[in-house]
Amino acid sequence: MDKQPHMFHHALRIRQEACIGCSRCMRVCPTEALRVTGGKATLHPGLCVDCGECFNVCPSRAVVVEDDDITQIFNYKHRILLIPAIFFAQFQEKLTLEEINSVLYEIGFTELCTVEQGVDLLVDEINKYIDTFEGSKPVISSFCPAVIRLIQVRFPVFADQILRLLPPLEVTAQYYRGDYARHGVPLDDVGIFYVTPCAAKIAAIKAPVGGYVSPINGVINMTQLYNKVFLAYKQKRNDSEHCSLVHSSLSKTGIQWATTGGEASHIRGRSLAIDSMPNVIDFLERLENEEITGVDYLELRACDMSCCGGILVQSNRFLVKERLDQLAKDLPDKHPLDESFRETCSGCIPMDKIEPRAMVKYHSDINIALERMEESRRLRRLLPNIDCGACGAPSCEALADDIVCGRASLDNCLLIHAHEADPATIEQIWGKKRFNK
Amino acid sequence: MAGTASSQVKRALKQLGVDASVIKRVVVALYEAEVNIVAHAYKGIITADIDPERVFLRLVDEGPGIEDIEKAMTPGFSTASQEVREMGFGAGMGLPNISRNADVLNIHSIPGKGTTLEITILIK
Repeated sequence: MDKQPHMFHHALRIRQEACIGCSRCMRVCPTEALRVTGGKATLHPGLCVDCGECFNVCPSRAVVVEDDDITQIFNYKHRILLIPAIFFAQFQEKLTLEEINSVLYEIGFTELCTVEQGVDLLVDEINKYIDTFEGSKPVISSFCPAVIRLIQVRFPVFADQILRLLPPLEVTAQYYRGDYARHGVPLDDVGIFYVTPCAAKIAAIKAPVGGYVSPINGVINMTQLYNKVFLAYKQKRNDSEHCSLVHSSLSKTGIQWATTGGEASHIRGRSLAIDSMPNVIDFLERLENEEITGVDYLELRACDMSCCGGILVQSNRFLVKERLDQLAKDLPDKHPLDESFRETCSGCIPMDKIEPRAMVKYHSDINIALERMEESRRLRRLLPNIDCGACGAPSCEALADDIVCGRASLDNCLLIHAHEADPATIEQIWGKKRFNK
Repeated sequence: MAGTASSQVKRALKQLGVDASVIKRVVVALYEAEVNIVAHAYKGIITADIDPERVFLRLVDEGPGIEDIEKAMTPGFSTASQEVREMGFGAGMGLPNISRNADVLNIHSIPGKGTTLEITILIK
C-alpha cells in the first residue's frame, strides 16, 4: 500500500497474531480498505472510516477496538460517566435503572449522566440552522462519525453540507465540564468518560473533525461495561443506597434520538432517515447524481437499526429498540435540565466546516492517472470478474487497480493459473468467455 | 436505465481526482441527456471520452428527433403529456439544464430519424 501523506487515528486494529487471513473482513469493507497478504489482513488507514463491519464478521476476534482501560478513571477525583440510553436498554427488564446505576457507582464512577440530555436544546438549534442555511441542501446530520468519515473519503462533495453543530454527546460533555468549572473544581480533577456502542465514536473523540477538541478524557467499551455490570449484579444483589448524583432522566425525544428516525422525525421540512452502510452509500450515490432532490435534512447512520445495532451492543438490536420505545412512553416531553442546558450550552454547539480527505486512487497527476485507469480497464478484460477474493483483493477491479499502482501482480489471480492448467474444468463452471473478454 | 452512464462516468472522474464541481456538471448534463433518450428515443449510444483537459460526451439516438431546436432550448417548453408531468418529468428543463452545465453544446437533429448531442465540459 502507498504511504499516505496523512495518517488518521483509527479505533479499529487488526491483531496480526490472531488474524487467520480468512478474508471475511476484506469482503465487507465498504471502502475497500483491506487486503490479505502473507496470510494476514492489512488495513489501509487512509480509507478506513471506522464503521466496524470488519469487527462484526471476524471469526477469530482479530479485529479489536482501541478503547481505554477502565482503571484510568481513578486518575481523577471526580469520575463522570456519560451513558447513552442504549446502554440501559440492553438489560431489558432484568435489571432496573437503579440496579444498573448502583453497580456503576460500585465500579468507581462518582456521577452518572445520560448522553442525550442536550437533545431537546439541539432539536431547536438544528431547526434554526436549517431555516437559515444558505448552502446546498440536504443538510446532513453530524451524529454518526462513521458517516462523516465516509463522506470525507468517498463523497467529498457533501462535506460542506454536514451540519455544523456538535452531536448530543459533545454537548452533554461540555455541559458537565462547564458545570464542574462553575463550581470551582480544578479541571485536572474532573475525568469525563463515555461508554461507547461503536468504534467510530472512539475515533471521533480521539481525533475530532470540525476544529474541535473533545473534553472527554476516556472511552469505555460498552461490551466490557455491560459484562461487568451483569456479573456484579449476578454475584451479589446490591441494595445499598447511594447518595451521589444521577442524571439518568431523559425526555421522549432524547431517549429515541440514537434510534433510526430519532432525529429525522423532529426536524421540520422534508427529512429522511437512512441506516446501514450499504443503504447510506446507495443513497449518497443517488443524491450525488441528483436523482434525489428536494430533501432538507438527512439522518444517516452506519449501523443497521442505528446505534441499537452498534458493534459493541450486546443485546439484539430489535429488542434494544423495543425497550427504548417502551421506556419512552413514561418520559416527559422535555428534559428536567433543559433550561439549564439552554443557558449554558447554546453558545458552544457550533463547530467548523469539515474538510474532505479524498484519497488519490491512481495518481495526483491526471495524465498518469488516466494512463493507469486505462491500463486497469484493459487488465479487467483478462480477469474473471467473479470477485472471489482469492488474490487478496476484494474484487477483480480492486486487483486491477492494485496492479497498475504497483502493489500487486497479475500472478495473484489464482483462477487464471487454474484456467491455464485445466481449462476444461474451469470452463465447465465459469463458461468459455470468462477470460480474455 | 437512465442514470447508468452518468454513474459510470462519475465514478471514473472521481477516481481520477477531478474537481467535484466539474463532476457535478458532467453528471447533471449526462443524466438529463440520458433521460431524454430513455423518454423519447428507440435506442441510443453514449460515449464518454476523457482527457486531461476536458470531458467529451456524445449521445447518438434513433428516435423522433427535435422539430425546433431553438424552441426545445427554451426553459419550460415541453412536449410531455399531463400524465408524464404528474410523474415529475417533462418540466421542459432538460435541454436548458444540459446547456447550463456544458462549456460547449452541439445538437444535430433530423426529425423522424434521431438526435446527436455533443457535450464538452472543461476539466481545468
